[in-house]
Amino acid sequence: MDDLVERFLNGERRALARVISRVENETPEGREYLRALFPHSGKAHTIGITGGAGSGKSTLTGALAAEYRRRGHTVGIVAVDPSSPFSHGAILGDRIRMQDLALDPGVYVRSMASRGALGGLAPTIDDVVSVMDAFGFDYVLIETVGAGQDEVEVAGTALTTILVNNPGTGDDIQALKAGIIEIADILVVNKADHPGADILVSQLQALLSLAPAGSRRPVIVKTTAIKGEGLDKLADAVAEHRQYLESSGQLAEQRSQDARHQVLAIARAILLERIRRGTPEEQLAALVDQVANRQLDPHTAAEALAAAVTA
Amino acid sequence: MTAPTAAKIRVLIAKPGLDGHDRGAKVVARALRDGGCEVIYTGIRQTPQMIAEAALQEDVDVVGLSILSGAHLELFPRVVDELKSRGVDDVLLFCGGIIPEEDTRALEALGFKAIFRPGTNTQDIVKFVYEHVQK
Repeated sequence: MDDLVERFLNGERRALARVISRVENETPEGREYLRALFPHSGKAHTIGITGGAGSGKSTLTGALAAEYRRRGHTVGIVAVDPSSPFSHGAILGDRIRMQDLALDPGVYVRSMASRGALGGLAPTIDDVVSVMDAFGFDYVLIETVGAGQDEVEVAGTALTTILVNNPGTGDDIQALKAGIIEIADILVVNKADHPGADILVSQLQALLSLAPAGSRRPVIVKTTAIKGEGLDKLADAVAEHRQYLESSGQLAEQRSQDARHQVLAIARAILLERIRRGTPEEQLAALVDQVANRQLDPHTAAEALAAAVTA
Repeated sequence: MTAPTAAKIRVLIAKPGLDGHDRGAKVVARALRDGGCEVIYTGIRQTPQMIAEAALQEDVDVVGLSILSGAHLELFPRVVDELKSRGVDDVLLFCGGIIPEEDTRALEALGFKAIFRPGTNTQDIVKFVYEHVQK
């Protein structure tokens, strides 16, 4: 291994940038770096920020980072934007909303493309967040792809999950549905200077009052991120949530769950890769043809593939 | 075309200085996206420091500067200096916009490997990037 790990541990930002690329590209060096650096992670508080496209996630992420800077903390940001399903290229535009932080030595912003991952994040997001954490940032903010109703992966990556809502984007039935709203630890009503913000807050409150007794109810915070309003309350709400995680024993529980999920996901990916490598193209093509012609059902075909490499 | 998870060429498209017209930059960003690159676009009115810092943090392979104001000989050397002072000395540099022919040599001396002027076929830009960067 070269001296990159040493430079990384000395706080050199270019070394951080390089390590992230190797980890994101899943190169053999990337694995080595992660192995060396992972024991240094686990100190940062990780915050996931999710919500619909255009809800103000990037602006809110930048404004929350600025609030942490005012409080004397350092911040790493990982912002994910979607990859093209056709070219696999991407436009990563989240930095545009974070210009005020551009030259702050206590902030590091990294854009990632989703690279085919479902769920609003990127395939290597957990590893990249661990690397950011190991670098020593007090907070790591993870901004998802613009999410719809079902992109819940971020809750397994971050300790605190913030769901960004906007006034005028649906009635209270939207808030009653299952899915993304269930993973939020904090509900932000962003663009609170727009009409309907208070109605949305009361709709969300009414919804939360339906939760079973004894369960922790998410806090609702109004922000106007573009004007920097409400960020102090949001940072306080995150601190309260952290406090709750620690005092309730949930922190250890959540870390354990996240680790389990992560290990199983990687194991699944390794097996899939083995199946792909261990299956001659002709065999795969023959099975696929039979399924396409309705001679074989897809489950039987998949079991035949899996049996060939796991037997 | 590569697998979705494969390593991609990362390109920073940046607009230094005060001109606010970024249609050209967006067209180039879009063409590179469609060519399979991951393109970081930072918007208009970037200082040389901001551009260099973004190039460092994003660990890009390529930096493309777009300028229409005529201040390229003023601003581009400062971008190059800021990159160097951060140790970012191995990126492929190209530029585009309203850049007179007589400035070509000065920009080449600064390390710009190509200058794309109005009328350029965007596919030529994509081809240029893939010819110069291995991933």
